[in-house]
Amino acid sequence: MTATVKRLLLGEQGLLILFVLAFAVVSATVPNFLTERNMLGLLQSVVTIGIVSCTMMLCLASRDFDLSVGSIVAFAGMVAVMVSNSSGSIPLGIGAALAAGAAVGFVNGVVIARLHINALITTLATMQIVRGLALIASDGRAVGINDPGFYALSLSRFLGIPAPVWIMALLFALFAFVLNRTVFGRNTLAIGGNPEASRLSGVDVDWGRIWIFALQGLVCAIAGILLASRITSGQPNAATGLELSVISACVLGGVSLAGGRATMSGVIVGVLILGIAENVMNLLNIQAFYQYVVRGLILLAAVLLDTVRSRASGRR
Amino acid sequence: MSFLELSGLSKTYPGVTALADIGFSVGRGRVHGLMGENGAGKSTLIRILSGDTVADAGEIRIDGAVQRYGSARDAFGAGVVVVHQELQLVPDLSVAENLRLGRFPARGGIVDFKALFAEVGKALDEIGIAVDPRAKVATLSIGERQMVEIAKAVMIDARVIALDEPTSSLSSRESEILFRLIGRLRDAGKVILYVSHRLEEIFRLCDGCTVLRDGKLAAHHETMEGVTRERIVAEMVGREIADIWTWRPRTAGATRLSVDGLQGSRVPQPQSFTAQAGEILGFFGLVGAGRSELMRLVFGADPASGGAVRIDGQPLEELSPRQAIRDGLVLCPEDRKADGIIQGRSVGDNIAIAARRHHSPFGILQPRREATTADRFIETLRIRTPSRRQDIVNLSGGNQQKVILARWLAEPDVKVLIVDEPTRGIDVGAKAEIYEILYALAEKGLAIVVVSSELPEIMGICDRILVMCERRIVAEFDRPSFSEAALLAAALPDSEAPLTSMVS
Repeated sequence: MTATVKRLLLGEQGLLILFVLAFAVVSATVPNFLTERNMLGLLQSVVTIGIVSCTMMLCLASRDFDLSVGSIVAFAGMVAVMVSNSSGSIPLGIGAALAAGAAVGFVNGVVIARLHINALITTLATMQIVRGLALIASDGRAVGINDPGFYALSLSRFLGIPAPVWIMALLFALFAFVLNRTVFGRNTLAIGGNPEASRLSGVDVDWGRIWIFALQGLVCAIAGILLASRITSGQPNAATGLELSVISACVLGGVSLAGGRATMSGVIVGVLILGIAENVMNLLNIQAFYQYVVRGLILLAAVLLDTVRSRASGRR
Repeated sequence: MSFLELSGLSKTYPGVTALADIGFSVGRGRVHGLMGENGAGKSTLIRILSGDTVADAGEIRIDGAVQRYGSARDAFGAGVVVVHQELQLVPDLSVAENLRLGRFPARGGIVDFKALFAEVGKALDEIGIAVDPRAKVATLSIGERQMVEIAKAVMIDARVIALDEPTSSLSSRESEILFRLIGRLRDAGKVILYVSHRLEEIFRLCDGCTVLRDGKLAAHHETMEGVTRERIVAEMVGREIADIWTWRPRTAGATRLSVDGLQGSRVPQPQSFTAQAGEILGFFGLVGAGRSELMRLVFGADPASGGAVRIDGQPLEELSPRQAIRDGLVLCPEDRKADGIIQGRSVGDNIAIAARRHHSPFGILQPRREATTADRFIETLRIRTPSRRQDIVNLSGGNQQKVILARWLAEPDVKVLIVDEPTRGIDVGAKAEIYEILYALAEKGLAIVVVSSELPEIMGICDRILVMCERRIVAEFDRPSFSEAALLAAALPDSEAPLTSMVS
């Protein structure tokens, strides 16, 4: 009996099984949890983390690191709002935001891959630079949205489910495909597994890394636009600390910080675990301060589970 | 009188029985050989001894006392030290700091470097290792690092020292120093477990030996009296191998590879050579002669400062691995672990990484096609793996080498194959298989360049040999003129006295 339980938990799907169990327990014990309203709220609350996790997964899988995501989200949201307001065109605002996000990511990538500067340091720098730009552009204040069409982005629904959730789901599907079924995705994992061997196998390691960061910036911009639409303004202080939540979600989902190992399904589970934990604590009226502690504990527990699992399967 | 006793040691990994009921014993003051093909269980046994992994069953006794350990620290405590193939030194610290790591002479937390260097310098002198204790490990050659690693074991006064392929990266002179050192350790009453593929070393050094095969004890020889080379090989592979080279004459065709005046930071003078279709060209030299460095320049792995590489007369547009691969020039690197395999990825992924660009329309993979290709190579190259999904780190060295060969064979049009130390750390049976693969490719019209430090191997398989010394090509030999003495003489720098030890 215990052997079977052990095998299930330590197996490939251990985290998923734990998640399903936790979900069942929470549904049965926490009032108002398993309602349509709460489920939709929960999904909407993880949209930003979920979207950014897609590319953070690639970034970590290639043995890189990106701390600038929170700042890019805020910056892109700000750009979207300000350009829409001044030009009167929402598509123009969105286009500008996407371009700005991708540009920041591209710069990250070039500095890291071409100038060989440590990813942690580089993105720590851009994280502050970009946050600073957002603050300068807005003079430190929230910028309200003029055109109500912009709110509609996050308010519109399809089959009863809000658009941002659809976009997140689409991106999940897209990046699952990218990771598993494209040369780019497999090269990303190979670069993380052994960059030198990848280079000697003809993989363009530098450009691979630059593309990953550029994509990361672009995807952050999508998250930033949706966030601005939901909070009806561009907020220079939006999404602070997002990088840590996103990295937590990825690590929870079994992405190896040493590179070379990642699955989209794992990351989705990681995102949902974080979301559910927060949601349940809100439903139970647990003070926000405790939520930090709980999130940290969940992360530690997940990493422990992963280590135990690797040891059990005899990986070196 | 037995000092180290192993009994009933077993270890199972998911799907693999790595060790089954291994038991033997070794007395004090003896050098005991541990032999076996890769995957035979030597590494697992060594890892159990070093505390790196715990046996599922069985026990280790030292001087009659049962040892229970679960970490390298426990093994140290019991006086067991394993000198691994992969060296475990901190590159940015000095030799002395490495040797006294965790046990620095210090006053009030401040390291007494004067005492440290003096003490370690004296110890190194006693052991007979000519390495500056102040030198940073990163500045030492691989051979020197190995000596430092061995010095580490000696200096913590180990009772049982296991050496895992200690000479695989040593020059012949350094090997001599090691052999003398082993002799002294034996006289001091240590138990030495000596793991090596090189039979000549086993016969020269060992007082007895144990042969493992497929995780089981294949033979145990208390003494080497009456034990022949053929017998050990037969015990290792379970069958007789007469001639593992099986060289046969081939006709060389047109020039496929021509290297013209190539130079770079680690090959300071321009070097030129050519290789013909159907030819196996050998590069021999001592460790540090610049062979791998020259090959890395040819492949574009390191930047060249001058010169050109032509394939079938066409110069490569730029010297980079990507361009070389596109034009049909590929390299199996010397250091498989650092430059060859992609850790954490499956066998199938490791095979497909280069060739998939040809058959992935719009960058989208065709998993079924990749699977078929991987399965085909697993079968034709006899890669021993439970499936193509297996993580490559779980394969033995010989099988990893075959995976890297498969990576290049999956390319549609390879013209020149460079293999750097193709059989380093690979057992006899797999060696013969790799030679067969190389012959078959040469017969298909590829030009094959083989870099090897093993004289018997390079003389056994090559049609022509170029000798490098001090980063220059210094001599050329055709097959009829191959002789160990002549090749060695050419490889030795003038200042170095000729050694007879490599001519076993």
